[in-house]
Amino acid sequence: MADLRTNFIGIKSTNPFWLASAPPTDKEYNVVRAFKAGWGGVVWKTLGEDPAIVNVNGPRYGAIHGKDRQLIGLNNIELITDRPLEVNLQEIKKVKRDWPDRALVVSLMVPCEEANWINILKRVEDTEADGVELNFGCPHGMSERGMGSAVGQVPEYIEMVTRWVKQHSRMPCIVKLTPNITDVRKPAEAAKAGGADAVSLINTINSIMGVDLDEMSPSPSVDGKGAHGGYCGPAVKPIALNMVAEIARDPATHGLPISGIGGITTWRDAAEFMALGAGSVQVCTAAMTYGFKVVEDMIDGLSDWMDQKGYTSVDQFVGNAVPNVSDWQYLNLNYIAKAKIDQDLCIKCGRCHIACEDTSHQAITSMVNGERRFEVIDEECVGCNLCVNVCPVENCITMEPMAAGSIDPRTKQVVEKGYANWTTHPNNPMAAKDAAE
Amino acid sequence: MIANLPEISMTQTKAGPDIAAGRLPEDAYSENFSDLHPLLEQHEAQVEADRCYFCYDAPCMQACPTSIDIPQFIRQISTGNPDGSAKTIFEQNILGGMCARVCPTETLCEEVCVREVAEGKPVKIGQLQRYATDHYMSGHDETPFSRAAASGKKVAVVGAGPAGLSCAHRLAVHGHEVTLFDARDKAGGLNEFGIASYKSVENFAQREVDFVLSIGGIELKTGMRLGDNIDLAELRATFDAVFLSIGLGGVNALNKENESHNGVLNAVDYISDIRQADELSQLPVGRNIVVIGGGMTAVDIAVQKKLLGADDVTIVYRREQDRMNASKFEQELAQTTGVKILTNAQPHALVTENGHISSIELERTVSLADGTLNGTGEILSLPADMVFKAVGQTLVRDDLDATIALEKGRIVVDADRKTSLDDVWAGGDCVLGGEDLTVTAVEDGKIAAESINAALNA
Repeated sequence: MADLRTNFIGIKSTNPFWLASAPPTDKEYNVVRAFKAGWGGVVWKTLGEDPAIVNVNGPRYGAIHGKDRQLIGLNNIELITDRPLEVNLQEIKKVKRDWPDRALVVSLMVPCEEANWINILKRVEDTEADGVELNFGCPHGMSERGMGSAVGQVPEYIEMVTRWVKQHSRMPCIVKLTPNITDVRKPAEAAKAGGADAVSLINTINSIMGVDLDEMSPSPSVDGKGAHGGYCGPAVKPIALNMVAEIARDPATHGLPISGIGGITTWRDAAEFMALGAGSVQVCTAAMTYGFKVVEDMIDGLSDWMDQKGYTSVDQFVGNAVPNVSDWQYLNLNYIAKAKIDQDLCIKCGRCHIACEDTSHQAITSMVNGERRFEVIDEECVGCNLCVNVCPVENCITMEPMAAGSIDPRTKQVVEKGYANWTTHPNNPMAAKDAAE
Repeated sequence: MIANLPEISMTQTKAGPDIAAGRLPEDAYSENFSDLHPLLEQHEAQVEADRCYFCYDAPCMQACPTSIDIPQFIRQISTGNPDGSAKTIFEQNILGGMCARVCPTETLCEEVCVREVAEGKPVKIGQLQRYATDHYMSGHDETPFSRAAASGKKVAVVGAGPAGLSCAHRLAVHGHEVTLFDARDKAGGLNEFGIASYKSVENFAQREVDFVLSIGGIELKTGMRLGDNIDLAELRATFDAVFLSIGLGGVNALNKENESHNGVLNAVDYISDIRQADELSQLPVGRNIVVIGGGMTAVDIAVQKKLLGADDVTIVYRREQDRMNASKFEQELAQTTGVKILTNAQPHALVTENGHISSIELERTVSLADGTLNGTGEILSLPADMVFKAVGQTLVRDDLDATIALEKGRIVVDADRKTSLDDVWAGGDCVLGGEDLTVTAVEDGKIAAESINAALNA
């Protein structure tokens, strides 16, 4: 069995699966249950200053469901912990003492004044927690008070606060980033410049989950009114993966440790984040949907996959997909693929045909010799992959690369052997003379 | 599935037929005759609708005799627009509610569903159709259609079964004045009198008749039988067009001695009695029942007899089981209800005692390669308190104008359901080439109405 033990910026855990700072990590009772279930670590729900904040007393969550109530996306308007600071600190200290092999990171959010940070850092240090995570991400409530994403959206503030934290604390420092920003590389650079040991991302995305059309109220609705909340869950994973990859491959931040967050529901999701450079992953919605037991298959599945691939420790594959994240201009324009429909698997629903006919390139038949039959017309197929995506049968339609030297029936051109991209394409007014990689 | 069969005394010996009412405890009847497929809950419907792939040029739609846009109505359920879904159905099939209950979907839309082809589990199209139409009819007393300006034309529709109702509705939509005649004391035809009770509970057939008639412009006249108190020549003289949907009023005979004796009954009559009964516990039920036939009617009577408390019900069919007209689903329904299906046997003699059937002698048969059926000479006997004939129905031709063209005992119609007479159209079971299905009758009525409308506007 593969070794899942993780050393993330000096913080050791039994596996890379941490619970993110959120309701599941708000108190000792939940965290102990999580550790018993097998979670490798937790980021304790964000601490702030006393007096404790208050939460709304109506709905805090909204969801988007599939037809069978599969939870696809979740949002929340819950704020940071609403329990007294001292109660949290005592519980953190006790849990860390009782569970020394698990990671226990404390999330923090206090006003942007150096004294406030000095004060809370000292108290957290006394708990012997493994590190701190700076919550510069929450998009609702706290941001209106100049904290959370209000900080995360200003790189200079990130750098300033991170520097205070590193200056006044011996603890490893993770900066949690908001996705509610145009270019996530800028706050990551700022965190690095401030001395952060790592970044974690993504925090939740500004969102309105829906509108009650009877009440004309956004949902979740609190007494007829709604405020934007933070969106998370499986639906946000692609956004999170991109942001993780952007930081992992940017020369300015390359090598900066990343704790990946955003819709991680299965071991495969986690492995994907790790392949894009995440040294640990954080989970919330999956646990809030199914309970802590989901970690069991995250552990088993990741371990089994690593065994199959011959990886004996997680650091052997963390970041392995990063070199393959490129920019559009460097994609190989000589790579030519055609869709191919496996007639034995085809159930003749015709979705590929109508998608291609109505919205793409008229490259799939509906009738052949008077029979209902769906075949790709290579002369028209641009290899766009839409048919693969809309086909209800897995592996029925595949994209088959054309061999070099053959003739593309669409363009009547020979499929060239080598690599060529937009930077050297004759249609590019800015074309360089030689392809740059 | 049969509730509370009473203890049977095996030592009982009784002279003469053992026929009695009330063989079951009171509460067993409502359970046995409850909805065969209960209405889907909203969540079930949403999940099932989500299974539909919204196929291009969908095979299910091609297979529907009334060409309902099935992917569209299912999508409308999925999007939370069940009333819109029902309208999509009613546009093509105003009796979509009944068809959802009685269509042999496993040989029509669901047979060709790509998910049937792919995984043997079709989308439950029939049950989704029921969901949408029931939803609409529970919230609306009237059809979603409005009538065109009055045309001043009058059309007689003879027979208020599925074909007649469908035709009358479509004609009314086009602005014509319709007089709808029916021989019985209420409309509905086989929907009301000829379908097993568990397929149409809670008086659905009559509610649907009211729904169809709500379009307005249709005058229903019951107790009017063609060849009795109305005749075709008179109708042709009085109305601008006539649509005949008179069904098959005659019942085929076994042509055996003693056929007129007590206990030898027409299945269609007893099925009607069950549907019209105020109290199922009042119906006479034999202990040993033999049903002759292999179609839906045979299954309907056999299953209902079993559900009424008969001990032993046997369907006797002269050919092999795969030749039975009853769908596979119906055959399985019979067998899981406890009905035996005896194939390759044909009536040999009806044995009576004191003028009442006591047993039936059957001869084994064998099908030859050329399709002919031969008796083997081997005779077996089944005790029978009741024998039901379900060997097909016939058109009563005496009711018709002698000049109307018939073939194989049915009215000949063209693609527009027009008969040999210039101003007479026909549809439903009484025409040649029909499939004896509610849904094809509805389609006949619809096509005929369009053709009549075109003729009247010409």
